Amino acid sequence: MTRRLLAGAVSAALVVTLAACGGTTKNDSSSSGAAPQSTAQADPNAASKQGVKMAFLPKQLNNPYSDIEVGGGKVALDELKGEYKLVGPNDASASSQVSYINTLIQQQQDVIGIAANDPNAVCPSLNQARSAGIKVVAFDSDAAKDCRDVFINQATTQGIGEQLVKMASELAGGSGEIAILSATPNATNQNAWIDVVKQELAKPEYAGLKLDKIAYGNDDDQKSFQEAQGLLQSFPNLKVIVSPTTVGIAAAARYISSSSYKGRVAVTGLGTPNQMREYVKDGTAKEFALWNPADIGYLAAYAGVALASGQITGAEGQKFKAGKLGEYTIGAGGEIVLGPPTVFDSKNIDQYNF
Amino acid sequence: MSDKGTRPAWLSRLASWDAAVIVITVVVLVIASGTVENFGTSRNFTFLLLDLLPIALVALPMTFVIVTGEIDLSVASTLGLTSAVMGDLWDKGMTIESIMPLCVVLGAVLGALNGFFVTVLKLPSLAVTIGTLALYRGLAFVVLGDNAVADFPRAYTTWVTGTIGGGPIPNLLIPLVVLALVFGLVLHATPVGRAVFAAGAGEQAARFAGIRVGRLKFWLYVVSGAVAGLAGVLWTLRYSSARADNGSGLELAVVAAVLLGGVSIFGGKGTLPGVLAGVVLLGTLQNALRLQDVSNEALNIVTGALLIISVLLPNIVTRTRAHLGRRATT
Repeated sequence: MTRRLLAGAVSAALVVTLAACGGTTKNDSSSSGAAPQSTAQADPNAASKQGVKMAFLPKQLNNPYSDIEVGGGKVALDELKGEYKLVGPNDASASSQVSYINTLIQQQQDVIGIAANDPNAVCPSLNQARSAGIKVVAFDSDAAKDCRDVFINQATTQGIGEQLVKMASELAGGSGEIAILSATPNATNQNAWIDVVKQELAKPEYAGLKLDKIAYGNDDDQKSFQEAQGLLQSFPNLKVIVSPTTVGIAAAARYISSSSYKGRVAVTGLGTPNQMREYVKDGTAKEFALWNPADIGYLAAYAGVALASGQITGAEGQKFKAGKLGEYTIGAGGEIVLGPPTVFDSKNIDQYNF
Repeated sequence: MSDKGTRPAWLSRLASWDAAVIVITVVVLVIASGTVENFGTSRNFTFLLLDLLPIALVALPMTFVIVTGEIDLSVASTLGLTSAVMGDLWDKGMTIESIMPLCVVLGAVLGALNGFFVTVLKLPSLAVTIGTLALYRGLAFVVLGDNAVADFPRAYTTWVTGTIGGGPIPNLLIPLVVLALVFGLVLHATPVGRAVFAAGAGEQAARFAGIRVGRLKFWLYVVSGAVAGLAGVLWTLRYSSARADNGSGLELAVVAAVLLGGVSIFGGKGTLPGVLAGVVLLGTLQNALRLQDVSNEALNIVTGALLIISVLLPNIVTRTRAHLGRRATT
């Protein structure tokens, strides 16, 4: 009766909203929106503009990693006499960045540097920003290709895989048994790096290295710790554990540094300096690698100012200067690769705090 | 007091909190337009409305639920689960035209489950919907995990983000206004609405008056779920992104706006225009403060303080009035 009125009214309104159309499926629809293509020509010799207003929008505020990234951006904007601004949501959910982008459009920023929580959710807003003349630099985590001008990628898969094998080879003294302690069996990043590791190991210069096993610690400290233990028991001649995940490398280093294997088995991989400092000092992990997050923000700011000054438009092959990091060339799809990962050892580790 | 029996005029006016909120909202809008740089532009108006829409939509049935003295904290998780299911079905090749009504039905089913627990098993709605808040969000992650489905048809996504004739008013405002009128009429001009208020003012009395309170509440949960499902569909299309974490935290914004709009958390009192003003007031403050580069922390403090004031002030007024009434009669 009357109650049904209520439900009925709602469904009626729904029908109005949903009405019409035959049937659209995934297959017969074209996806995301057309991007405003920049028609302007790049002028590599244009002077860098001063006072460029660039706002950084990380995935989430108060995250130590992104704090260091945007810190690098601030340093670069100080060098370039630009205006630095930092805004962002408290949670890293997909759509929470959108209202911040809208605010930045209203505030007429010149450049937005964004680490996208969701490559597509931010797309319509970023394209509105670009229609309003704002340049968009994605860093760390890309937005969909057609809604940003360039993407600052921390490192290539190839570069990381090569670096891992190079370090393993150095620590093993050129030959010996090695093992990998990864995250989960289906972790996309890790698997891509491990594939490169395998290709590298097939090369003649690494013929002396033998990969015993790939173990998975599921990015869980305790599981990684146990897996490291297991590796050492199963393979008595193991020389190096390579862990391409920050959880795994720390757990493996902690186990080895407190066991009788200390000094006989080396640990390397990808980790952060703060987490690995004591193991570098006690010799368990003589060297390991990771990109320098401050450099990501630094490069993003230089790319942003170059875009705003018209030195680049984001097309492949264009070059720009990025202060202390030197000259960069834009790659396919507007991608700018920071470079090979930074290798940390006892000589340089105290210069980093993250 | 000299004026025996009659309360002071200012107290009476303040007592009507929802009227006060409407006035405050207008004042804040005018002040913000005049003082906050970039606030009073048509583009910002569009942004403001688009950000408000999901809150306003979900707040419509929430008003009914809270007026009956209950609460539904699972709405944002329902939104997330419908969004996840929408993405999954779309990925599996179903037509968008059948997915959308299906998602609304799914929302209604999720709401019915809440209704069942609250009205049949007589469990407290706060506990039930905190439970389903976690349950539905968990299911959403089971359905879609960390994936995002993005390639929804452009015809729909552009309509949802578009404006009428390219002006400042979002297309989505039309269905919202229609729904708001329907909900407003039902609440304030039909027997259903009177039953809702009666159930909230005193359940026993309402039962004696012949109102089937249980059935009424059950259907309110169904509607609340269905509208959350619809919000899930619109949210997914607006952000072109079906994800399990969509809309997380939205339930708090909705409850805050409803209470700010003058609905009593104890039930029995409130108006829909007041609630809509509450939604606009909260959204305007957030938008204006953000344009002023006020930090998130400060924003949360403002929202929290407003919420406490809106629960506290009507209470103080009622008590003062009771106190004055006692003094006047003795």
